[in-house]
Amino acid sequence: MIGATLPGGASNAAIARLASLLEAHTGQRLAASRAWRVDIALRPLVAEYGLLTIDQLVARLDAGEDAAIGERIVDAMLNQETSFFRDPGTIEGLIAALAENGVMRPRLWSAGCASGQEPLSLAMTLIGQERAGEIVATDVSPGAIARARAGRYSRFEIQRGLPVRQMLRWFTECGAHWVARPELLAQISYRRHNLVDDPPPAGRFDAVLCRNVLLYLSPTLRARVLDRLAAALRPGGLLVLGAGETVSGQSRHFVPSAQFRGFYTRDSG
Amino acid sequence: MKSCLVVDDSKVIRKVARHILEGLDFAVAEAADGREALDHCVATPPDVILLDWNMPVMSGMEFLRALRETALAPLPKVVFCTTENGSAHIRAAIDAGADEYVMKPFDRETLESKLQIVGVV
Ligand SMILES: C[S@@+](CC[C@H](N)C(=O)[O-])C[C@H]1O[C@@H](n2cnc3c(N)ncnc32)[C@H](O)[C@@H]1O
Ligand SMILES: [Mg+2]
Repeated sequence: MIGATLPGGASNAAIARLASLLEAHTGQRLAASRAWRVDIALRPLVAEYGLLTIDQLVARLDAGEDAAIGERIVDAMLNQETSFFRDPGTIEGLIAALAENGVMRPRLWSAGCASGQEPLSLAMTLIGQERAGEIVATDVSPGAIARARAGRYSRFEIQRGLPVRQMLRWFTECGAHWVARPELLAQISYRRHNLVDDPPPAGRFDAVLCRNVLLYLSPTLRARVLDRLAAALRPGGLLVLGAGETVSGQSRHFVPSAQFRGFYTRDSG
Repeated sequence: MKSCLVVDDSKVIRKVARHILEGLDFAVAEAADGREALDHCVATPPDVILLDWNMPVMSGMEFLRALRETALAPLPKVVFCTTENGSAHIRAAIDAGADEYVMKPFDRETLESKLQIVGVV
């Protein structure tokens, strides 16, 4: 068996099976350079199922007796890293940009919201300015959506990007965790949604945030998702990508906003 | 280069904090209690202070009150860094004039994020 990286590491066949599972669920290709991470990512699940190797986990998957196992494996393989107010200034900048364009009650879509810090940052900013809005938060991972909906964060998560005054104002201490207040969560509707396969949530949005998601997709799928995001935005609506991401050369629907640095404007077509 | 004074009665914590802060390009000084910290601040005011709560001689809260009575301008930013993790303690620290709060145990990301929030990173 070649390619076994660690003692008990996954065989090439198992890695290939996991890669196709990930792609079927999310459109993500497992880059060869990231394959070794699969080992680390799936160790806890292997242990939880009382197994010893990743190959055994794949065998369990293929036995088809456990309906949830595929979803659990995908959930564990996804990078769901996020933080409150990621890329400092972006969330506040977006809410201010919308106000400048006269949109006081924006409809916002947080696409690929992971454990929910992004939609909560939007809600805190809006309510903090005594404004309201409608925030739709989606992710392909049911586990991520469940975590986001619970709004419950560990000490490490709650301190990342979140000023302490905001933490005290918007979260309640609950043992070693901090839970978002109901009035904050009430601004947000959460649902599972695959950007690659599913039609966008109904209605036109004033802005879509899709940060640090597209980088995992092939150029073809990326272009397809950008078309979908354009269709979900009203003409003149804003698209926000991650700090290191761009639409250039991938979509004819967006142009860098002349008014607001770092944001893209949907064309009027 | 920004400067940070690490105030903690635990040598281990000071060492861990120093390591992280030096990685973030800070010039680091150390004090083992509030009294020592106050002397240091009057002589060489740092940009930011990482402040433990429970210490012998002078606690973090006593230090913070004393610091605010000095004529230092601008006052260094104060980031509490303590195992007192309850919201009542956190609120008391903020009311006493602390700028940010780090709940122990902390990691590099947390510290970096809080220093960014107070504007020294
Ligand atoms: C690295 S996180 C970024 C979270 C957040 N947007 C941010 O920037 O902080 C990427 C998220 O995208 C989700 N994701 C990956 N593929 C997706 C797809 N095809 N459709 C929807 N969400 C997807 C993952 O589950 C994960 O939660
Ligand atoms: Mg102490």
